[in-house]
Amino acid sequence: MATTPPTAPAIRMPPTSEAHLVLEGLTLRYGARIAVAPTTLTIPRHRVTAIIGPSGAGKSTLLRALNRLHETVPGAGVDGRVLLDGEDIYGLGVDPILLRRRVGMVFQQPNPLLTRSIAENVSIGLELVGMPRRERAATVEWALRRAALWDEVRDRLDHPATSLSGGQQQRLCIARTLAVRPEVILMDEPASALDPIATSRIEDLIRELASEFTVVIVTHNMQQAARIADYTVFMTPNEDGAGEVVEAGPTEEIFTAPHNQRTEDYITGRFG
Amino acid sequence: MFDTVANAASVRYRRRVWVNRLMLGLTIGSTAVALVPLVLILSYVVRQGVGALSVGFFTETFRPVTIGVAGGAGGVLHAIVGSALIVGAALLLATPLGVLAGIYLAEYRSGPAATVIRFCTDVLSAMPSIVVGVTAYVLIVQRTRQFSGLAGSIALAVLMVPVITRTTEEILQLVPQSMREAAAALGAPRWWTTLTVVLPAALGGIATGVLLAMARAAGETAPLLVTVLGNNQLTFDIFGPMQALPLLAYRYTEQPFAVLNEQAWGAALILVVLVLGTNILVRALTRRRAG
Repeated sequence: MATTPPTAPAIRMPPTSEAHLVLEGLTLRYGARIAVAPTTLTIPRHRVTAIIGPSGAGKSTLLRALNRLHETVPGAGVDGRVLLDGEDIYGLGVDPILLRRRVGMVFQQPNPLLTRSIAENVSIGLELVGMPRRERAATVEWALRRAALWDEVRDRLDHPATSLSGGQQQRLCIARTLAVRPEVILMDEPASALDPIATSRIEDLIRELASEFTVVIVTHNMQQAARIADYTVFMTPNEDGAGEVVEAGPTEEIFTAPHNQRTEDYITGRFG
Repeated sequence: MFDTVANAASVRYRRRVWVNRLMLGLTIGSTAVALVPLVLILSYVVRQGVGALSVGFFTETFRPVTIGVAGGAGGVLHAIVGSALIVGAALLLATPLGVLAGIYLAEYRSGPAATVIRFCTDVLSAMPSIVVGVTAYVLIVQRTRQFSGLAGSIALAVLMVPVITRTTEEILQLVPQSMREAAAALGAPRWWTTLTVVLPAALGGIATGVLLAMARAAGETAPLLVTVLGNNQLTFDIFGPMQALPLLAYRYTEQPFAVLNEQAWGAALILVVLVLGTNILVRALTRRRAG
C-alpha cells in the first residue's frame, strides 16, 4: 500500500436520469466508528450492479442501508440521502416497513421461515400486504416459476421449507422476495453458501431478473461479478478503516481497464 | 537424538495418561456422590409412601383419627384437588406475565428498562419462598381477612414468573437472527415478526419453561403455610382455605398418628412422581424438538 500512489475515486456510473437509486453522501456508522465513508453513486434501473471488495470494506453495510435494515442494528447511524425514484428513503414520514416492500432482500445464508411450509414461505409477504388467502396461490406459483423452483416443488408445496436443499432454499428465498413484486432486489452474497451447480443456477436467475428488477448484489467472488453484473462498484477500507468506493463503472471496464491503482491491485490479486 | 526425544516424550506421555485417569476418576466419583442423595430420597420416599397408596387414598378426604381406635385412614383427595386448583390458577397468572416479559427482554433487549427488569427477575428468582409467602399474607390475607387458595396461587405465581421469563428469553434468543431479518426484509412490522415467526419457532422451549416452573411451584410449602392455611374438607372454593399436597405432607408429619405419618409419605410420593414425570416429559419434548 505504501508504494501505491493515492488516487482519486473513479466513478463512471450512468447519469441520474437512468438511475433507480441515487446515493448522495451516504455515510454509515456503528456507534462512533464510520463503516462506510461518504458515498455518492447512482444505481441504474433494471441493471445488475455488483459491489465487490475485500472483507471489512463495508459492502454489506452499504447494501443494508438501501432497505434501511442497517438501522436495526443497535448503535447504527446514517447520514446523507438515498433517493429511490427521486424520493429520499431516509426522509421524514417514510416508513421503513413500507420501503422494504419496494426494496426486497436476499441474504447470504438461505433463511426460510423454519416453521412454515414451502408455499407459506412464498406467500408470507402477500399475507403481510393483506392479499386474500385464495388469491395467493397464483402469485406463489408465479414467484416460484420466476425463481426457477416451481418444477422441483410443485408436488410438495405443503412440505416444510427445511426439506429443501441449500440451493433450493435460496431460490425459495428469492421467490419469497419476488412475490411481493419489489422494484429493487438487494442480494448479500446470495451464492456464497452454495455449491457450484446451485451457484450457477442462481447466477442465471439473477441475469434473468434484471429484465424486470433493479438488482444490487454484494459478492466476494470477482468472477461472479464479471459474469453477471452490468456495473461493478469496488469498495475497500481506507486508512481509517472505513469502507469507501474507489471505483465504479461498467463491469467490463472495471475488470479490463481499471482507472484506479487500488482497483487494479485488487482484481489482479495483489491484495484483498 | 530422535530416541532421546521419544523417550522423554514417552515418560511425560505416561504421566499424562495417569493424570488423565486420576482426573476422570475424580469426576466420576464426584458425580456418584452427588447422585447419592437423589437415589436415597427417591428410594426412601417410594418405600415409605407406597404403603399409603390405595384407592381410598386418592378418592377420600381426611377422616378423624382417635387415639386407641383402629380406623380407616381416609385419603388426600382434598389436597390433590387443592394443589391442582392452586397451581392451576398460579399457572394462569404467571404464564402470560412471564412469557410477555420474556418476549420483551429478548426482542427489545436494549435500553435501561430491559437491564432493570432482568436484574429484578434475577433477584426475584433467588427470593426465599417464605418471604414471598409472608408478603402475600400481609398484602392479601390480612387485607381480605381471609386465608385463601387464591392468595397461595398469587404467591406461587410470583415464584414462577422469573423462571418463565428467563426461560422464554433464553429460548427466544436461540431463534436465529436471520429469521427476524428475513421477515423484516419482507416489510414485516416487529410485532408481526415476533408473533408469527419467532414465537412459533420457540413454542416448545417456552412450554418447557412453563412446565418446569409449574413443577417447582407444586412442591412449594412455605408460601402456602401462611396463605392457604389448610383444610380437612374437600373444597373447590379458591377464595377460602384449601389443602395442598406439600402442606398436607408437612402437617401430617407433625401428627402423632402413624396413619397420618404414612399419608404424609404418600403425599410426598405423589409430589416426587409429579416432579419426576414433568422432567421426563420435558426431556421427551425437547428431544423431539432437537431431532
